[in-house]
Amino acid sequence: MDLGLNQAQEMLRRTARGFLEANCPTTLVREVEASGEGYSPELWAQMAELGWLGLSLPAEYGGEGGDAVDQLVLSEEMGRALLPSPYLTSVVTCGRLVALAGSLSQRATLLPRLARGELLMSPALGEEGVGCSAKVVKEGSGYRLNGVKTFVPFAAAADMLICAAGGLDDGEVSLCLVSPNADGVSIEPHASLAGYPQARMEFNDVEIGVDGILGGVGEGGDALGEALAWATLVQCGEMVGRGRKILEMVIDYAKSRVQFGRPIGAFQAIQHQLADLRVAVDAAELLTYRAACSMSEGRNCAEEIALAKASADEMSRMSTVVGHGVYAGISYTVEHDMQLYSARNKLSEAGSGGTLGQIDRIAGSMGL
Amino acid sequence: MRFTFSQEQQQFRQEVCAFLREEMSPEYETVFGTFSEEKYWFSRDLFRRLAERRWLTVGWPEEYGGGGKTFLEQSILDEQIGYHRVQRVGITGINFAGPAIIKFGTPEQKARYLPPIARGEAEYCQGFTEPDAGSDLASLQMRAEADGDQYVLNGSKMFTSYYAHADFIYLLARTDPDAPKHRGISLFIVEMDTPGISTRPLPYINGEVAAQTFFDNVRVPRTCLVGQENQGWYHAMTTLDYERAGLERYARVRRTFDDLLSFSKSAPYRGGVFGKDPLVRHKLAKVKVGLEGWAALCWKVAWMQSRGEVPNAEASIAFLYGTKQRLYFAQEAMEILGKFGTLTPECDTAPIQGAIEGLSRESMHMHGAGTMEIHRNIIAQRGLGLPR
Ligand SMILES: Cc1cc2nc3c(=O)[nH]c(=O)nc-3n(C[C@H](O)[C@H](O)[C@H](O)COP(=O)(O)OP(=O)(O)OC[C@H]3O[C@@H](n4cnc5c(N)ncnc54)[C@H](O)[C@@H]3O)c2cc1C
Repeated sequence: MDLGLNQAQEMLRRTARGFLEANCPTTLVREVEASGEGYSPELWAQMAELGWLGLSLPAEYGGEGGDAVDQLVLSEEMGRALLPSPYLTSVVTCGRLVALAGSLSQRATLLPRLARGELLMSPALGEEGVGCSAKVVKEGSGYRLNGVKTFVPFAAAADMLICAAGGLDDGEVSLCLVSPNADGVSIEPHASLAGYPQARMEFNDVEIGVDGILGGVGEGGDALGEALAWATLVQCGEMVGRGRKILEMVIDYAKSRVQFGRPIGAFQAIQHQLADLRVAVDAAELLTYRAACSMSEGRNCAEEIALAKASADEMSRMSTVVGHGVYAGISYTVEHDMQLYSARNKLSEAGSGGTLGQIDRIAGSMGL
Repeated sequence: MRFTFSQEQQQFRQEVCAFLREEMSPEYETVFGTFSEEKYWFSRDLFRRLAERRWLTVGWPEEYGGGGKTFLEQSILDEQIGYHRVQRVGITGINFAGPAIIKFGTPEQKARYLPPIARGEAEYCQGFTEPDAGSDLASLQMRAEADGDQYVLNGSKMFTSYYAHADFIYLLARTDPDAPKHRGISLFIVEMDTPGISTRPLPYINGEVAAQTFFDNVRVPRTCLVGQENQGWYHAMTTLDYERAGLERYARVRRTFDDLLSFSKSAPYRGGVFGKDPLVRHKLAKVKVGLEGWAALCWKVAWMQSRGEVPNAEASIAFLYGTKQRLYFAQEAMEILGKFGTLTPECDTAPIQGAIEGLSRESMHMHGAGTMEIHRNIIAQRGLGLPR
C-alpha cells in the first residue's frame, strides 16, 4: 500500500497549479464562458505545449503514456481552476476511443494531432432516452449515418465528431467519424447552465467514408465502455479538485470574516460544516484514486469508478451548500465566484449518468 | 500509488482468515447484540492462540513480544477479527497501555507489563471518563495523592468497559490539584483486585456490560505511575495516536452488510427476489458507497501510522465518517427489512440472525474515542486550522 503520489506526479501537480493560477484566473473563466466559445484557444495551445493534451495518450502516437493516476492529478488541478476547455471531451473521451478502437492508420493520423492540439474532437454519444437509435448502414464503398444525438459538446468548433451508431440488424456499436460541416449534419444549441456550447445534432443520410469508422463496423462497443470509464474518472478528479478548492476558499473566508466580534470560523456551527465537507472530500478522493489504481493495474474497475462518482456527487452537492451557506449573502451575487463553482458542480453531478446511473451500476455489480 | 497490499501482507491476511475460519464455529460468532460470557472466554483463548503465532501484537517491536511488523498488519488482523465476529476482548492493553509503556515505561515496567499483553494473557480496561468529565476529560477529578512510596487513589470512573474480566485498569488521575487542569494529571496502571476498588455494573444497550468503578483510599505502589508525574495528559494523548485505524469496527459492520446482501438476493419477493426491488437495490447500493469510503479512510490512517506519521485529523475523519455510515446503514437496513428488522437475534424468524436489530442498537454508540461533535472540533481546529 502506498497512498502517496510519486515525484513526477507531485511535480505535475505543482506545475499545473502554478500554471493555472497564473493563466486561468476566474476572470478568464468568466470571459470564456460569456464568449460562448467555452474555451480559450491560446490556453489550449499552451496546454498542448506543456504536454497535457497527450498526457495519457500512448507514447508511440505522440502522447506521454501516463496512467490513470497521472491523469487524475492533472484533472484535479483543472477542476480546481474551473478550467474551461474541451479536455474531458476531446482528449479524454475521444482520445481514448481512437486509441482503443482505431485502426493503426486512424491512430497514427489522429492521435498525434490530438496531442499537439491541432485537432479538436467531440463525442456524439448520448441520445434522448436510453440506448442508441442512430444507425449506420453500408452504401456503395462507404456508409450512411442517420440519427439524433444530444449534449454534443463543442459541436461547431470540433474538427471531427465521433458518433456512436448501431447497425440495422445488430446492436454492435460503430464509432463513426463525421465532420460537423458535412452535408446532412445540423446543429441546434442547447440552452443550459454549462459554460460551453452543447447541442442537439441531427444526422440525415450523412456520408461516411470507407475509413470513417473507428476499427470498422461494429467494433466500438468495448472501447466505448472503457473510454467512458476514463471520462468518469477524470470527471471525479475534477470534482475532487473543485471540492478541495471550495473548502480552502471557505476556510479562508471563515478566518477573516468577523461577526459578533469573532471570526465566523470560531463558531462551531461553521466549523462543523467545514469538518463534514473535509471528510466528504477525503472519502471521495480516496475512492477516486483507488479506482484509478485499479484501472492502471489492469483490474476490472467498473464498480470502483461508480462508487467514486457516487461519492464525489454527494461531496459535490455538499460543497455547494456549505459554500453558499458560509459565504452567505455575498455568494448570491453574480460578481462572487462561488456561483461559478456551484454551476460546475451541478454539471458534473449530472455527468456520466448522474448519481442514479452510478447507483444502478453498483447495484448491478453487486448482483442485484 | 497503490491501494493493494504487498505479497506478504496478502499472505498474512489469508493466513489469519484461514485460521479464524477454522477456529470460529458459528456458536462463538458474535452477531451484533449477542455477547456472552462463554463467547468471551472463547475469544480470550483465541487471542492467546493468535499470540502464540505472534499475530496478536503483530505491529509491536519484536523485543516486546510483537511481530515486528507495521500498523498495516495490525489493522489486517483487526479487520479479520471483526469480519469473523470474534467477540470483543479489551484491546486497551494492546492499543494504549502497551504502547504507553513502550514509550514512557521503565525497564522494570516493560518487563512486567508487556509480555503478558503480547501473550494475550492480560486484560486491561480504561479509566479515563468520570461522571463529571466526559468530553472535557481534562477536568477529571479523581485524586492520586503521593504518600511515601505509595499513591492513594480516591474518586470514580464512568463507562469502564471490559471491567469484569480486567486484570488492570489504565487510568488518569489528578496528582496536582493546583496546577492548570492539563498539567496536574498522571497516568497509572493499577491492578483491578487492589483493595478499595469496587464496581457498579452498567449494562449497555448493545448487551455488553461496563461499570462505574469506585476508588476508596486505594493504595498503590509508586511504580504504578507511567512516565512522569503531572505529564499524564500528554502521555495519554500521545498514545491515543496509537489507536487503531478502526478496521475492526468497520469489518464487523461490513460483514452484516454482506450478509444482508446475500439475504436480499435469495429472499423471494413479489415474484422475484427482494434485492431486485428498485427501492431496495437503490438503498443497498447507496449504503455500499458509504461503506467503501469508510474503509478507504480507515486504511489511509493505518497506512499513515505504518509510516510513522501521526494521523491526527485523519483518525477523527475516519472515525466520524464511520460513525455516520454505520448509523446510516442501520437506519436503511431497518427500513429495508421493515418489521423483520425489529426481530432480535434470539428469534429464529429474524433475517440474518437478527443482526440488524443488534446493529441498530450498536449504532447509537456515536461517542467512541470522542463524540461526533468532538471529532468535528478536532478536524476543524487541528485539520483545517480554524480558530478556537
Ligand atoms: C459504549 C461505550 C464505551 C465506553 N468505554 C469507555 C471506557 O472504556 N473508558 C472510558 O474512560 N470511557 C469510556 N466511554 C466514555 C466515552 O469516552 C464518553 O461517553 C465520551 O467521551 C463522551 O462523554 P459523555 O458521554 O460524558 O458526553 P458529554 O461530554 O457530556 O457530551 C454530551 C453532549 O455534549 C456535546 N459536547 C460536549 N462538549 C462539546 C464541545 N466542546 N463542543 C460541542 N459539543 C460538545 C457532546 O458532543 C455530546 O453531544 C465509553 C462510552 C460508551 C458509550
